[in-house]
Amino acid sequence: MAKLYYSKDHEWISVEDGVGTIGITNHAQEQLGDIVFVELPETGNTVDKGDEAAVVESVKAASEVFAPISGEVVEANAVLAENSGLVNEDAEGAAWFMKIKLSDEGELGELMDRAAYEAFVASES
Amino acid sequence: MAGQQDNSFLKRTPLYDFHVEAKAKMVPFAGYEMPVQYPLGVLKEHLHVREKAGIFDVSHMGQAFLIPADGDFKTGARALEKLAPGNFLALKPGRQRYSQLLNDKGGVLDDLMVTRLGMKGYEHCIYLVVNAACKEQDLALIEKAMPENVELKRMDDLALIALQGPKAVCVLASFAPEVEDMAFMSSLDIPVKHADGDLWMHVSRSGYTGEDGYELSINKSEAGKFWQMLQDHEDVEPIGLGARDSLRLEAGLCLYGHDIDENTSPVEANLVWSIGKRRRTDGGFPGADKVLAQLENGVQRQLVGIKPDGRTPAREGTKIFSPNGDEIGIVTSGGFGPSVGGPVAMGYVGVDFIKPGTKITLEVRGKPLPAHVQSLPFVAHNFYRKKK
Repeated sequence: MAKLYYSKDHEWISVEDGVGTIGITNHAQEQLGDIVFVELPETGNTVDKGDEAAVVESVKAASEVFAPISGEVVEANAVLAENSGLVNEDAEGAAWFMKIKLSDEGELGELMDRAAYEAFVASES
Repeated sequence: MAGQQDNSFLKRTPLYDFHVEAKAKMVPFAGYEMPVQYPLGVLKEHLHVREKAGIFDVSHMGQAFLIPADGDFKTGARALEKLAPGNFLALKPGRQRYSQLLNDKGGVLDDLMVTRLGMKGYEHCIYLVVNAACKEQDLALIEKAMPENVELKRMDDLALIALQGPKAVCVLASFAPEVEDMAFMSSLDIPVKHADGDLWMHVSRSGYTGEDGYELSINKSEAGKFWQMLQDHEDVEPIGLGARDSLRLEAGLCLYGHDIDENTSPVEANLVWSIGKRRRTDGGFPGADKVLAQLENGVQRQLVGIKPDGRTPAREGTKIFSPNGDEIGIVTSGGFGPSVGGPVAMGYVGVDFIKPGTKITLEVRGKPLPAHVQSLPFVAHNFYRKKK
């Protein structure tokens, strides 16, 4: 059973067998508006927690997506290259951005669970 | 995704409550709290304007009259010609021109709309619309430049609403039939039918989207009533500043402070069409020596349309390179064009690279991005052409 974590940069990460599937939250998608382009990392890249791992562009602006954990990019969601609008439709499902093989599972402890994330979003608005 | 911010210093237009009621996302813009988008979203708002009609609150823009004491239109027109290169003396009653206030270097201080009023008894008056962010400087500059017998009257009690899109004519004509056959860049001062009684307004057939449409200047106290009446029309959606920007970019229209500013001349910005023929030889406006020399000898760089070949948008500030790696220019406006269905941009490049089809390279996030020069507009203009 995968376990879900959330970052203060509005990413979600679903961890199963040491691999994290990462995307942006529905709240982030709502804030960004219509997504017109997603730039994904190349498979094989290693990222450190906090690194810019992807870029998501709305009609108005480009925003960075930071790696919520360190590790090696093992897959990027090719569907988003053709259909970036999927992020608006299913941000926390089919529109995942990348899969990262965690190099330090201890980092997960610094992330939030769903309830904490929801409280965080409420405190921001 | 910013948290709370203090917007208490920002001004509000008379339509503020309507935007909040419509659940618009309000942002600070040129000292005003303005709607950047409504729940429909930038993409759908943009497409709605291209397909049907949209209303834009542009009441933050500056409106003013030039009124000559001697009752002679030429007195005001002649005075304004000392600040801008338009052929205002040739304006017939009710006609409108796009022009620019220039500095001594021929740089653009602001762009503006200049209209000679057409209503009987007011044909000597000139009506000006200037950009919100520049209005204080503009009006101070104009006031200072006017002779004693020309009064600059600020019209801070007027709201301004743009109604744009192919259905704009049907929408407005249903309340005021005489707007149907108005020429592009002409204006009327007319009553518009409303259930509570006529609403008087200044109507011009112009806009900033590349579509047919109108800009409507109306007293602040009546603006809400009018906005509501338009919004209630089945073909009309309220449109925010986000879509206003993508619409004008696809239409290849300059945005002040981005595509034109104090360091760009109207010749570099491809605005020569707006410089009167007489004025191209006689000059008599700020920086005329520079501008006339540019017309004679050409310029070093020019504003062009830029089409990235892939899907990645190139934003303002993106550096432009030649195929052999020389830096040749910079993007001044760029983003995603919803009607184009891909990224579009405008920017300045060296004149060796202005020909449509010329291959260029954009540097986005450190990576080279193939692109080419494309003639503007990206989306064909759909202005009204009067039937003969």
